[in-house]
Amino acid sequence: QLSLFRFTMKRPFSTSHSSVDSKEMKKFQLLAHKWWDEEGEYAALHSMNDIRVPFIRDTLLSMSSNYHLGNPLSGIKILDVGCGGGLLSEPLGRLGASVTGIDPVEDNIRTADRHKSFDLVLAKRIQYKSSSLEEIVEESMETFDVIVASEVVEHVADLEMFIKCCSQVLKPDGSLFITTINKTQLSYVLGIVVAEKIMGIVPEGTHEWEKFVPPEELEHLLESSGFSVKTVNGMLYNPLSGSWSWTESTSLNYAVHAVKAGARAHATDIPPETDIQQHSATAGTA
Amino acid sequence: PRAPLRSAASAPPLYDVVVSGGGMVGSAMAAVLGHDIHFHDKKIALLEAGPRKDYDHLPDSYSNRVSSISPGSATLLSSCGAWDHVCSLRLKPFRRMQVWDACSEAMIVFEKDDLDDMGYIVENDVIMSALTKQLDAVADRVEVFYRSKAVGYTWPLPSHSCDTSPWVQVELADGRRLQTKLLIGADGHNSVVRKEAEIQNIEHQYDQSAVVATLHLSEATDNNVAWQRFLPTGPIALLPLSDTASSLVWSTSHDHASELLAMDEESFVDSINSAFWSNINHSDFIDTAGAMFRSAISLLKPSGTAVRQLPPSVAKVDPESRATFPLGMGHATEYVQHRVALIGDAAHRVHPLAGQGVNLGFGDIACLAHHLSAAAFNGSDLGSLKHLLKFETERQRHNVSLIAATDVLKRLYSTTLAPLVLLRTWGLQATNALPPVKVRI
Repeated sequence: QLSLFRFTMKRPFSTSHSSVDSKEMKKFQLLAHKWWDEEGEYAALHSMNDIRVPFIRDTLLSMSSNYHLGNPLSGIKILDVGCGGGLLSEPLGRLGASVTGIDPVEDNIRTADRHKSFDLVLAKRIQYKSSSLEEIVEESMETFDVIVASEVVEHVADLEMFIKCCSQVLKPDGSLFITTINKTQLSYVLGIVVAEKIMGIVPEGTHEWEKFVPPEELEHLLESSGFSVKTVNGMLYNPLSGSWSWTESTSLNYAVHAVKAGARAHATDIPPETDIQQHSATAGTA
Repeated sequence: PRAPLRSAASAPPLYDVVVSGGGMVGSAMAAVLGHDIHFHDKKIALLEAGPRKDYDHLPDSYSNRVSSISPGSATLLSSCGAWDHVCSLRLKPFRRMQVWDACSEAMIVFEKDDLDDMGYIVENDVIMSALTKQLDAVADRVEVFYRSKAVGYTWPLPSHSCDTSPWVQVELADGRRLQTKLLIGADGHNSVVRKEAEIQNIEHQYDQSAVVATLHLSEATDNNVAWQRFLPTGPIALLPLSDTASSLVWSTSHDHASELLAMDEESFVDSINSAFWSNINHSDFIDTAGAMFRSAISLLKPSGTAVRQLPPSVAKVDPESRATFPLGMGHATEYVQHRVALIGDAAHRVHPLAGQGVNLGFGDIACLAHHLSAAAFNGSDLGSLKHLLKFETERQRHNVSLIAATDVLKRLYSTTLAPLVLLRTWGLQATNALPPVKVRI
């Protein structure tokens, strides 16, 4: 009985123990209709596409041998976690990928659905769903070639579980792309005080410094969940030009590319079904 | 007017890019995008008010509308496969340009050091024939609508509310409608796109018309020099078409233009020869002052004065080839807006004296296609101002100085007043002696 009890505690499918923080959800709900104003509250996220889309695109192109003229990401299934209004899903869809965008805030999904609806070609390539990552794990085991979690991990309640879920829905050898903010004195001063309170680059209250993630911690969590971290790049926002660039230092923003271990390697978690069978077998003979 | 709410299913067909205007610049824009690797799966439409012309059978006689194509423009036409067609049809490379003043001996010669071609004189019909072939080659991506004049445009709100269409709506004369993510206005100096977008245009009608004609030379020659002489009434230019034929572009007053068109062929030919050869406008004062300046230069820079070649003399004009059109200058204050871009004469109109008109348009195309290609490869919204503004900045920077310089030159040379003649005489001679300035031009 002890082992069954342990099993229940470990189970990641329960919605009562979720990686979604309801306080965070409320923050984004208020701005749900502002996503697509390129000069508005989300301007910095729009211009982030100028570096994160090429980063994802070029990394995937370098790993594959097929190239479809005009549709470089054709045939690739991507999960955009925390897709918001679809700012990143749409460019990926335009490049030919099949994108599933999930976000716990229903208003965001509504905005995203509405925005894609005017372009029938694009609309077919993207599916939006109001959901947390945990909620789709069961039906999406090893379904996606790529997961993109951009500007999301600094908002989740349980990062370790989040990464484990990513691993579950990702195919072996699949890619995980994360962009987020480091937890440093600099990121407090520039990322919160200046960006939110002084310059209004980011709506006030968007970020909590406590939830920022240092790259070392992220790398550790990734490696212990069966990922191999391939790239860590610093990102820098220039508020005067409104544009992003790559930089040596990861003290502020940074991007990570990690690859899930291939089919032959052992996963660090033994699937629960095996656990039950073993223990029932044991229980049966006890 | 704003776009109404309409469900996507019943909406007019949506294109990624619509080019309005099927002249040389509009057709080249559509052809270049159609051949771009990142536009492989995109939908492009080209709207042309006129009918599809048969360019397959070029007449033996030369057309009177020709353009001076710079090497840069030739490269652009090459990139979409059109230049090969031009070369297989007909064109005349020239190695040298000689420009001189009617009021003095001042002269400037342009020549590339490596004796490469400076440019090419090509009939506009030849360029259109080549572009039409290359548009046919990408017909799966580029749809050309002939006899399709656009009569109305409806603009979307920049950060659209969720209910209205985010695309530009185009209404054609026959009632058909299209939608597009980006509208490119290549519809000439009276651009409807520019007017409907309420983009201010700074324009000025010159009190000049250009007279064009196809001329036959007195004797066959290595016709690889472009000639231009600044008369007080305006510049007269002779552009080589072949060893025995040249194209005339004579900018002059409206009255003189009508006279030239009305007079008999012999008198017309005499006027041209006299314009190139006569020294009637010289004054002793200017001649002496000019000669003194030249000696001064040759002391400082021995190679500073070039050998003066003599222009060919004209024997006859092709009947029916004489025509005239009014000249003006124009510059749009903005080249772009959300989901709109202007190229070619729709954005800028210039005096033919610099032979730059269509080259500016081709330069616009090269720049805009570069930015659109990058945007497509980034999965960006093609109509986004972000990259359109980059195009505008680059081209305005380039075009404004050239248009202003051309305008200044035009005004400077429209006079016989001694001080100004002296100024430009010395200026021209000094420019001729200074390699860096010449290379820039």
